Amino acid sequence: MEIDLVWADVADVSARLRETGYVPSDHIAGVAYLADRLGKPVLCEGPAGVGKTELAKAISVASGRRLIRLQCYEGLDEAKALYEWNYKKQLLRIQADQAEAHNWDEIEDSIFSEPFLLTRPLLEAIRSPEPVVLLIDEVDRVEIETEALLLEVLSEFQVSIPELGTVQAKSRPTVLLTSNNTRELSEALKRRCLYLFIDYPDIEREQAIIRSRVPEVTEHLAEQVSRIVRSVRSIDLKKPPSISEAIDWARTLMLLGVRDVDAETAKATLNVLLKYQSDIEKAGKELDTPG
Amino acid sequence: MPLPDLDPRAASETLAAGLSRTLLLFVDELRTVGVPVSVAEALDALRAVDMIGIDDRDTFKAALGATLVKNVGHWAAFETAFDVYFSLAPAESVAGPDTDSDLPPELAVPPPGRGTGAGGTGEIDDLVEALFRALQDADDPRLRALARLAVSEFAGMEPGRPVGGTYYLYRTLRGVELEKILERILARAREEVEARTGAAPTPLEERLMREEIEARMARFKDEVKAEIRRRLVDDRGAEALAKTLRKPLLEEVDFMHATSTEMRDLRRAVAPLARRLAARLARRRRHRRRGRLDIRKTMRESLSSGGVPLDPRFKHPNPHKPEIMLLCDISGSVASFARFTLQFVYAMSMQFSKVRAFVFIDDIDEVTEYFDTDDLGKALADINQKAKVVWIDGHSDYGHAFVRFEEEWGRDVSAKTSIIVTGDARNNYHASEAQVLAELGHTARHVYWLNPEPMSYWDTGDSVMSEYGSHCDGVHEVRNLRQLEDFIETLVESH
Repeated sequence: MEIDLVWADVADVSARLRETGYVPSDHIAGVAYLADRLGKPVLCEGPAGVGKTELAKAISVASGRRLIRLQCYEGLDEAKALYEWNYKKQLLRIQADQAEAHNWDEIEDSIFSEPFLLTRPLLEAIRSPEPVVLLIDEVDRVEIETEALLLEVLSEFQVSIPELGTVQAKSRPTVLLTSNNTRELSEALKRRCLYLFIDYPDIEREQAIIRSRVPEVTEHLAEQVSRIVRSVRSIDLKKPPSISEAIDWARTLMLLGVRDVDAETAKATLNVLLKYQSDIEKAGKELDTPG
Repeated sequence: MPLPDLDPRAASETLAAGLSRTLLLFVDELRTVGVPVSVAEALDALRAVDMIGIDDRDTFKAALGATLVKNVGHWAAFETAFDVYFSLAPAESVAGPDTDSDLPPELAVPPPGRGTGAGGTGEIDDLVEALFRALQDADDPRLRALARLAVSEFAGMEPGRPVGGTYYLYRTLRGVELEKILERILARAREEVEARTGAAPTPLEERLMREEIEARMARFKDEVKAEIRRRLVDDRGAEALAKTLRKPLLEEVDFMHATSTEMRDLRRAVAPLARRLAARLARRRRHRRRGRLDIRKTMRESLSSGGVPLDPRFKHPNPHKPEIMLLCDISGSVASFARFTLQFVYAMSMQFSKVRAFVFIDDIDEVTEYFDTDDLGKALADINQKAKVVWIDGHSDYGHAFVRFEEEWGRDVSAKTSIIVTGDARNNYHASEAQVLAELGHTARHVYWLNPEPMSYWDTGDSVMSEYGSHCDGVHEVRNLRQLEDFIETLVESH
């Protein structure tokens, strides 16, 4: 297995991710660097919409490595995560062969070979000759049994297929897992990963993110947006605004030609930022008080 | 200190012995406060530090955090321990010529060893004035320097006292009178807005200004806190200080004895817990495969394999929707627990359509409808004012409450219902009427009892826990978040 390091140092992580439009905190950059050096997967947790999946995409762009994504869901199994034999094709092959009399061994060898193998994301990531970025999204949704399968792949970077033997990774993939914490992940999985909790950004970083994602926005507007978003997050809401919602809001204000956000404009456009009617009403009231 | 799981010799090969020793002590401290750190993780931390070095403190911290702490609930404990074990050198040795330049010219660095609070009024005014300007300009390096000065000036630290530093923090902040500074900065900002626009700032502008200044002040407070910790470490050593600062993890905080801050944190932790419970229940409902063979689907599927039914399909049984009835004792003896349970009920009622809540002291009333609001505070206030829970004297009478429940709502209990009773089973020597609970238990799917008292107190004094317990499917000691989570696991398993 070849190991190519992606980053020169922590500052390099930060700079190259910024070029892709992702603004990492020092903490995020530090963990990303470490993951590369230690060759360990990173488990990202945090509220919805703080850029967990984005991080994987940004790393993929910054490192020039292909992104392979495994979206997890309940009932995800080996056949969907790892590999599957294309049995319809196998059946056709057997039927086509019936005319000529082949012996069984020959047929077996031929139908359990590469052309009949359907590779799924995990196997694809391991077999890729070029190193890739493997994103295992919402890993908390799979059952504990499937988690064990992930574990085997992540710790050994190899997969055993009974008919073909063990497939060793040709290159070491960069692995990111995200979780929304709907269930406690197993200790074994956590132990193998580096842990990264991504929280809502501080005001400077949020401002930088908005400016990088909506380049047309003025510095003044970006500052106002991030300040109001911080204020709204301090209110006890069902669903506080995420970074992506803050970006959407800044974009909306831009399109409306707003230069300066006053309370009226803010309240009129709160529905971009918040998704529950009760939250919108509550925040609207709060923004009218000096706090 | 014994370090049974780690071999310090192995570690010293990769690191300077001093640092690796500190790291191992640090890991030991984490384990003591309840953060599980495996040997593999500790070795990861050593390797990580080896790669990252210690020059950049933030990256160093990120490295330790990523390798040692795998649960966000443990982060606060990690930060406290980190501050203690890897605090910067104390103020005296840091204050070189470099940091002097951060200071306003009128304030010289106090000579080392100078006493506490010895400065004249003039000097104190200078310090407050400098702080005012640093906060106004958001000048972080200067805030840091001023935090050091403020601690020298106001904290009045006495060497050798076994304290955690909260008192010193309080004294320092009182000394600089942050509130006054806040008002001054706000007044100044208001004037500026008025001069610029000719009108007073709107409430929104005022709110944003205030939040900005408060955020800066929070940074100053953190600096003060860090400085105090540095000096305490210098005075007594990291291990002794860490011992003073140990706090139970949130998941282990006893509901009955939680401080108001802990209560607030618990409240925040409860909503995700209810969501998790809902997610787990929904998953099991959808996912269990115990139905009968679905001939139609199996045939359809077999077409793609030439008529051979390779993959049998099953009919999903009608999902069983959990119906939960919660009976909460809200009398004084369990008040703080009751408040917490009601919050949990509230969070559950947001997730499940069929949660019914009842509260009782010596009479019982249904409060489900009060939870039909977005405002928990309002719901709790309504319950306090409107629910009829007092029959005679307002002392817990479980027996009477159960009898009344049976009369009024007994017919709503069906084989789908899970009944959960929360309370300490302290019946004030009234009749237990346990047979009523037994009858309810026959009809209902499950009866669970959650008791916030330690198990060793059960059946002492007026507690009749085992009398009721014999008619329950499970009696659980639920004194903290972890135990509540464990209970939820059993609930999910049984559904």
